[in-house]
Amino acid sequence: MASVNMIKPKARLSNSNILFLIAAVIFVLMYLFAIISFPGSFLQFQTFFDLFNLNAPLIIMTLGLCIVMIGGGIDISIGAVCGLVTMACAVFLESRMGSIGGAILISLGIGIAFGILQGYLIAYLEIQPFIITLSGLFLAQGLLTTLHKDPINVTMGAFVRLRDFDFVISWLGTKNRLGVFIPCEIKPGTIIVVILLVILASLMKWSRFGRNVYAVGGNSHSAMMLGINVKRTVFITYVISGLTAGIAGFVYIMTTGAGNVGNAAGAEMKAIASAIIGGTLLNGGVGNLLGAPIGTLTLLVINELIRAAGVQSNFQAMVSGLLLYFFIVLQSIIMSLRDRRRVSIALPPWLRFPGKGQVASQRQP
Amino acid sequence: MRTMKRSFSHLVLPISILLLLIIINLIKGADYFSITVVNGAFYGNIPNILFGASELVILSIGMTLVTAASRGQDISIGESATISSAVFVLFVLQAGEVTLLVIVVGFLLSCVVGLALGAFNGILVSVFKVQPMIASLILFTGGRSIAFMIDGKLSPILANDISNQIGTVIPGIPIQTPIILTVVFIVCIAMLFKTTNLRLYVETVGINPNAARLNGINPKKIIFLTFLIMGFCTAVAGFIAVNKAGRHDSVNLLKLIMMDAILAVAIGGNPLIGGKFSITGSIIGAYTIEVLNRTLLRLEIEPAMIKVFKAVFIIMLMIIASPVVRASIRKALDRVRTKNPTKGSAAMVSMVSTMDMIGEKGE
Repeated sequence: MASVNMIKPKARLSNSNILFLIAAVIFVLMYLFAIISFPGSFLQFQTFFDLFNLNAPLIIMTLGLCIVMIGGGIDISIGAVCGLVTMACAVFLESRMGSIGGAILISLGIGIAFGILQGYLIAYLEIQPFIITLSGLFLAQGLLTTLHKDPINVTMGAFVRLRDFDFVISWLGTKNRLGVFIPCEIKPGTIIVVILLVILASLMKWSRFGRNVYAVGGNSHSAMMLGINVKRTVFITYVISGLTAGIAGFVYIMTTGAGNVGNAAGAEMKAIASAIIGGTLLNGGVGNLLGAPIGTLTLLVINELIRAAGVQSNFQAMVSGLLLYFFIVLQSIIMSLRDRRRVSIALPPWLRFPGKGQVASQRQP
Repeated sequence: MRTMKRSFSHLVLPISILLLLIIINLIKGADYFSITVVNGAFYGNIPNILFGASELVILSIGMTLVTAASRGQDISIGESATISSAVFVLFVLQAGEVTLLVIVVGFLLSCVVGLALGAFNGILVSVFKVQPMIASLILFTGGRSIAFMIDGKLSPILANDISNQIGTVIPGIPIQTPIILTVVFIVCIAMLFKTTNLRLYVETVGINPNAARLNGINPKKIIFLTFLIMGFCTAVAGFIAVNKAGRHDSVNLLKLIMMDAILAVAIGGNPLIGGKFSITGSIIGAYTIEVLNRTLLRLEIEPAMIKVFKAVFIIMLMIIASPVVRASIRKALDRVRTKNPTKGSAAMVSMVSTMDMIGEKGE
């Protein structure tokens, strides 16, 4: 890798990519470590897919949050909005006129409504995003408890079928203790994660909007000077974040099948942590959407590892805090080393770039 | 007159909100200010508000400093307070006979722990250049289980006369003790800012760390110092909270108070991206939040709806305070002024008002 860096011009590996690379390497190392220490469980493909199956809502939320964070903002209402959506869907599905299409519309509607409200206030009225999304969190929590307080288990036939539906990969699987072959199963939520990841990542990578978001997050003043509509860009990032929170809510209820006051509570902090582990900076302008699932998976693998190691429940939080500490310090050290190296090789390009070639050609004759 | 307006303009928002809330309370019932004397101490709405908001006030002072210097927020304050108060409770319970000396030593011990936790966050932020919210995420994740481990059992009970008096009233003094402690703390902080250059340094670092460094101020040191002060604030807040409650509940003690503290900082008119700050504003903001919570209870809103009302109130408040709305209000006022000019001085008036606007932007 180092040799590639030397030959290629410096600008090729941006901060977004190097942070993403760190995250990816850490994830792979983490998973290898998990496989080595617990080969029985982590070697199964189903374990890997279950990370997606059970945590699809968190990954989806992290995707939306990453876009907002690249744009230089923050959205801490996503967990509460997700919980509100699950409860609204559950109430709607249990009512007489419940239908799955209607539930999807409700979840998208709630998500977009929160996105538009917060986006308008933050982008066009220039209010601090933390305060607005914090009050969005209060609003969603309050609406949730106003709507219904007790847990609802959805019993509608069509929905139960959707909940229990999963794609079976017949050629991939493991034999259990009795020697019976069990194929791998993938929940629809995982498919939604993949589709959303592809759409949003390509949106951020190649579309004009995505590049505007990076520009605005990097420096909103110079973005404005370049003629980018800063306010609209910021507004759209929050709408996307709200939308993904709505989708996450529907996926959540599709996974658990119940509306509960505690659904997705505290998910915003998990999402922020995953986004950061995935290499998105809170300052904005730096980040790679592919890092969002990687960050989430790293966090989840840590939790799974702690659980598999049989650590006492009250130590789990401490261990995950310690590992978080490790990642954060590692990221910061790598970034600062990189800066230092750049400073030390601050030679003009005509000295640096063809350096080796020149020396070689001089020696040849 | 003009300088008066300049120096107090940032307090207009929090004070007007406080007044609005008090007016709402007075409309609900005229006996809002009534104070009764029970067992030689004052009780009533105002003392209760001062009593209830004491931890929040202390934490919001620390949060103001951290926000101003490091351009980010510490989200682990509730957890730090829980850990430091757990140490305090552990020390007091181990001591056997509880004397004033034991309490003081325990408090100093918890202050040391608070400073250590502040230093942990501060090193991450200043040396490793991690964003404050991320750096404190670590303690936020693991803090409560550390406190739980120190506790040993679920919630040790602090049953002795002295901590009971610290939590409620000392006989002979008519004011509840947490209020006195808060006032003492505020006075200490005020003395600190009157006698040192800390305010100038913190503001300089918050506005532009690189410029501060070029001017001979070490931003790392200043940021680290603000986190140390934050750690001290969390220790004091934890001390008050645990004495108030009478038992150490490591799961729920000061839970999610960082949201309220950040909100207090914002209501106080401080920008959350660092720079200039006003501690007075934050203190008023903290009391405003307490008044808001108690007003919602007093208006007998359904418990399930309280958060909705709180959210709507905060959103409306922020809309009124937002720079865009303020600018448009000022424009509208200018238009009114220019429409009925006195002796043809319309141009002058509009010029003065635009100068005003430019001056305000320059600040």
